Amino acid sequence: MTSLLDVRRLTVNFFSEAGTVTPVDEVSFQLAKGETLALVGESGCGKSLTALSILQLLPRAASIGPGSTIELDGEDLVPMDEAALRAVRGGRIAMIFQDPMTSLDPVYTAGSQITEAIRAHRDVGKRQARERALQLLEEVGIPDPLSRFDQYPHELSGGMRQRVMIAIALSCEPQVLIADEPTTALDVTVQAQILEILDRLRRSHDMAVLLITHDLGIVAGRADRVAVMYAGRIVETAPTDRLFQHPAHPYTQALLASVPRLTGPLQRLSPIHGTVPNPDAWPAGCRFHPRCPYAFDRCQQQPPVRTVSDGHETACWLESPQ
Amino acid sequence: MTAPSSPPPLVRVRDLVKHYQRRGVLRASTERVRAVDGVSFTIPTGETLGLVGESGCGKTTVARTVLRLEEATSGSVRFGEVDVLALQGNDLRTFRRRMQIIFQDPYGSLNPRMRVGQAIGEGLRIHRVVPKRDVPERVATLLAEVGLDASAARRYPHEFSGGQRQRIGIARSLAVEPDFIVCDEPVSALDVSVQAQVINLLTDLQNRRGLSYLFIAHDLAVIRQVAQHTAVMYLGHFVETGPTTEILSRPHHPYTQALLSAVPEPDPSSQRLRIVLSGDLPSPAHPPAGCPFHTRCFHPLKDGRCFTERPTLRPVGATETACHYAED
Repeated sequence: MTSLLDVRRLTVNFFSEAGTVTPVDEVSFQLAKGETLALVGESGCGKSLTALSILQLLPRAASIGPGSTIELDGEDLVPMDEAALRAVRGGRIAMIFQDPMTSLDPVYTAGSQITEAIRAHRDVGKRQARERALQLLEEVGIPDPLSRFDQYPHELSGGMRQRVMIAIALSCEPQVLIADEPTTALDVTVQAQILEILDRLRRSHDMAVLLITHDLGIVAGRADRVAVMYAGRIVETAPTDRLFQHPAHPYTQALLASVPRLTGPLQRLSPIHGTVPNPDAWPAGCRFHPRCPYAFDRCQQQPPVRTVSDGHETACWLESPQ
Repeated sequence: MTAPSSPPPLVRVRDLVKHYQRRGVLRASTERVRAVDGVSFTIPTGETLGLVGESGCGKTTVARTVLRLEEATSGSVRFGEVDVLALQGNDLRTFRRRMQIIFQDPYGSLNPRMRVGQAIGEGLRIHRVVPKRDVPERVATLLAEVGLDASAARRYPHEFSGGQRQRIGIARSLAVEPDFIVCDEPVSALDVSVQAQVINLLTDLQNRRGLSYLFIAHDLAVIRQVAQHTAVMYLGHFVETGPTTEILSRPHHPYTQALLSAVPEPDPSSQRLRIVLSGDLPSPAHPPAGCPFHTRCFHPLKDGRCFTERPTLRPVGATETACHYAED
């Protein structure tokens, strides 16, 4: 399978008076057409920065490090100028965020924000854009699109707003959709609706989806493959079923063990002791070693990426930690 | 619902109602928001009642009304032998020691300019729990009890991670030696690896101190870890109550079933039925007539009765369910 989006050795540096930190450190992953890749990790692991650097929407103090490449259909986005990037953003790669209220403009109606997105990238008239917008609202499962079209964001529920965001993101038929914690602010019942819609649209539009989440629960059954991030690095990549059944990295194992379950025997939760370190205090070698139950001398050095089985890679010195 | 072996209830809430008057968009009109519309429950000493439901269903209002942070419209709240809603002035202030609350966002409830030691010591001083000179020592004991180093007392809230801040919030509520703590989404904002630490801590404290909890959460898997009994709330009403294990394994109300099926589980082999509810929660200012859930209900027997007659809780199997057709 050839990859549509190919990220290699992506590094993001933050500059401040206190020095330089590297919250994303040589992250590599590939995303194929029609595929969903989940980028999973706890807060501060660098998953959102990774997503933002694909569109080069990084905060001013941050920059992509030398040697990083982000190829879309074989074309590197890193050296592109603003004009070229504008055509990519929203056109070929679209993104939706956790909080749709802050990404929608409160003084414009839902409909006008969708038509604006369409007309920014396509040479179409107002009437055509309106028709397309209504069609999109219907596609994302908004009942009575005609009346919703003229409503303002504050008149819509959280789930509706996220649907409007999805409609905007889809307006130019992107090849890649980046969804950064798209359902974290929503109730579980609404979360289920939104995930269902995203999945349906991925299939009907043959889109590639990069799903960024802290929730392993929404990954199961939704993503084809999972990349687990810890402290700025990908520690394990595997097909979803494989990752849940045979997690190879001690961090993945510990993360899975700490999640409360609805079924199975009820037992005391096993948390990971300690906290996720800050980027300015990342330990040398394997960054998980201070919290790892199997750590030994060698973990002071960074472990190489090792293939466990087809499509399953891990960065751990141990063959079978358990 | 109460097994013979259960300890006597510490908290007894009956027919609790909280309505808000809201000024309508057009001056003169006011509308009544039925945030809590008649709920009853008991919490035995040393046990936990889990309260689940979507945002806007009234969970937090129940808690705030029980704690007298909001005045109830009607109903009764008894705490042991005390009639909580009748307390006034000094009696109420003294009584507040016995009930505490832990919030979702501990950072929002900690004064950023107050050292952690001061924040925890505040309650000790106000309620004169220990003599003034013993306050620092008691603060250190409390910090140790929640798994923090005594040196934390000299630092400020921003120097701590989310999980550590939640521990500070817990230490602060424990300071006044309460019998009852409302935990309002205490782990929702935490990372999973840290969430487990805080859940275990709350469980240990309950066992050690015999605390009763009202535990509000939207995550049913978290509720399973902490609560012996659970109430499922929808638009100001309890639609199902019962032992947590029963609610999770044999739910009778269609809403409970939908809520349960929507929980994402980290297990790709899970063969659970997926029910995707259509639509959003209706506004509590304009609740539907009849069964509050009928606008989103998928029950095959839904009929005219559901549109006109509001079902009340009645025993079905091992739980109590407010649905006309729960058996079928």
